[in-house]
Amino acid sequence: MKHLLGIEDLSRAQIERILDTAKSMKEVGGRRIRKVPTLRGRTVVNLFFEASTRTRTSFEVAEKRLSADVINFASSTSSVSKGETLIDTTKNLMAMRPDAIVVRHASAGAPHLLARHVAASIVNAGDGAHEHPTQALLDAYTMRDKCGRVEGLEVAIVGDIRNSRVARSNILALARLGAHVRLAGPPPLIPPGIERLGGRARVTVANSADDAVRDADVVMMLRIQRERMTDDQAFPSLREYAILWGLNARRLALAKKSAIVMHPGPMNRGVEIMPEVADGAQSVILEQVENGVAVRMAVLYLVLGGGEAAA
Amino acid sequence: MTTLIQGGRIVDPANRVDKVGDVFIDDAGRIARAPQKRSGAATGADRVIDARGTVVAPGFVDIHAHLREPGEEWKEDIETGTRAAVAGGMTAVCCMANTRPVNDSRGVTELILARAKEVGHCRVYPIGAVTKGLIGESLAEMGDLKRAGCVAVSDDGQPIMSAAVMRAALEYARGLDLVVIAHEEDRTLARGVMDEGPLSTALGMRGNPGAAEEVMVVRDIALAELAGPGARLHIAHISTAAALRAVRAARARGVVRVTCEVTPHHFSLTSESVRGYDSNFKMAPPLRGDSDRDAVVLALRDGTIDAIATDHAPHSLVEKEVEFDQAANGIVGFETALPLTLALVRQKTISMGRAIRLLSKGPCDVIGLPGGTLTPGAPGDVVVFDPNEKWTVSASSLCSKSGNSPWMGATMTGRVRATLVGGKVVYEA
Repeated sequence: MKHLLGIEDLSRAQIERILDTAKSMKEVGGRRIRKVPTLRGRTVVNLFFEASTRTRTSFEVAEKRLSADVINFASSTSSVSKGETLIDTTKNLMAMRPDAIVVRHASAGAPHLLARHVAASIVNAGDGAHEHPTQALLDAYTMRDKCGRVEGLEVAIVGDIRNSRVARSNILALARLGAHVRLAGPPPLIPPGIERLGGRARVTVANSADDAVRDADVVMMLRIQRERMTDDQAFPSLREYAILWGLNARRLALAKKSAIVMHPGPMNRGVEIMPEVADGAQSVILEQVENGVAVRMAVLYLVLGGGEAAA
Repeated sequence: MTTLIQGGRIVDPANRVDKVGDVFIDDAGRIARAPQKRSGAATGADRVIDARGTVVAPGFVDIHAHLREPGEEWKEDIETGTRAAVAGGMTAVCCMANTRPVNDSRGVTELILARAKEVGHCRVYPIGAVTKGLIGESLAEMGDLKRAGCVAVSDDGQPIMSAAVMRAALEYARGLDLVVIAHEEDRTLARGVMDEGPLSTALGMRGNPGAAEEVMVVRDIALAELAGPGARLHIAHISTAAALRAVRAARARGVVRVTCEVTPHHFSLTSESVRGYDSNFKMAPPLRGDSDRDAVVLALRDGTIDAIATDHAPHSLVEKEVEFDQAANGIVGFETALPLTLALVRQKTISMGRAIRLLSKGPCDVIGLPGGTLTPGAPGDVVVFDPNEKWTVSASSLCSKSGNSPWMGATMTGRVRATLVGGKVVYEA
């Protein structure tokens, strides 16, 4: 595995290998000395063109626990407005001879463009509304950890599916691992043909949040952005959004008693998720964050050739 | 100087000609009947072009092109653009108004024509703006633009969102007998970067639904009918089955003359090509799905589409080698139009006669340009091409200053051997 551009490119066996590797990586985080020499002498660049706190921090912690040398390059502006192209920026960074580049960009396909132009391994940390593969992997890891398996799970994903890379990567990963995904959200935010992403047998679009959540094993809420209301007329108000699509205790009660609640963050408390649910006993939101480090360690280890030595 | 093009397969659909024979161009640079052969003067011409094994046809006329001069000469200029055009068999091109400054005034039109006269390799017909600055608010001086040499008006690239402005434009242009060429995309719906559908969903990019084209085509047909008989509406780069249905319905009503064109990329490619995020597959309107592409091909066959036009849109790497959603729209098209059209002939989708008509007489009739035939007296604008010659598209094989072609590296079948404008050889392979 030279790059991780998206879940789309991964087989079920590859996904499971990453999750298995993450399990042993998680053990490192529990030690008194939380560091292994695995990537000593290797350089990783975190190239972030979009504001990000948790994903960038999570990658940085993962890289440091593996003893890699870390370079953070952040730019809030797009390459075009800055006057330097994405390819130029990256080629400049290549002079530092990084082994891997972790890239976050507002444009779908930006990591794919880089993979065509530079020699380093590219890890997609979120590209536009396309994919966020490490998020889906940490979500799958968390489900496996909490539910014992992913195969056969009923997973509800509720919110702005159209603009969500988290939803796309999760649909791909969950379908490949044999779960069933129910999607729900305001109809303007359900993009055409979304079922085809995982195959119609594995993905259905529910008519309401209640229908999606009913008897689910996992309830995953997505962040809703205010701009969807003003720019796209996707829903009339945050108040109505919270009523129709938000997760409160009453709605969560429709799910299985054992159901877990997930959110990729950052949360809009009181909009898509009510505090009593976010902080409730069924919430695994903070565990997702913790598992993110282990999954990213596994991904970096595997793309930088660790897998071949172990195989 | 007289020229005899000898022994080729003459395809002249306007005259229902498809036979092996000779084409003669007289001293005045016009098509003429070949003089009788006399002993000692075997050919009766100053120059003889051996066309055996090739097709001899009226020169192609591209009614939708961007030559980028003035203003964006790093992408293309009138010299390189017309050189690429004649290499593609075009003897005349109509250049769109979105230059910098915009061709919305006589001065720009005169500049384009003067440069074309100075460095151009083929005939250049400027298209003037419909509205000042292509902003869609107030009409450009269409009358003066016509007097200066513009042959049509268009805000190409900038759909005219105000129905009231479009109505006024169609009415005003009717009085000048100018065709209004419309880029039909509702900009409030078309905010994306590719066709809307399952693929845009999978790729995580905002899509432009086919309905964005349909609603504008339906609107503009209604406005043209409101403007009354004599109004002329031409739909640029049509791309959807629904828009074609609207054009057929308008023809059936017969109130006004509605014509349409298609680009080689819209009849050759589908949105599937966008997978991989290569910006050489990004255009407006976007490449569509299979059913729309099939509808476009059918419309080429049944005559709903009047012309093939390239929308030759050169861009440099600066505009193209960037993130897909940041990249400029459009591709170069002059030099690949013929082989892509011939592919339809080889697939027996259309006849050679229709292919030539769509590239020559069809576009001439849309605008009202001379040429497009080999009738005696017509301009000596002729293309000679080998329909079977294979060649590879590469930076060095293209004459255009820009290489933004989705067919870079692909093998094409069909190549121009010679192009003549007014009897003068302007291109020879």
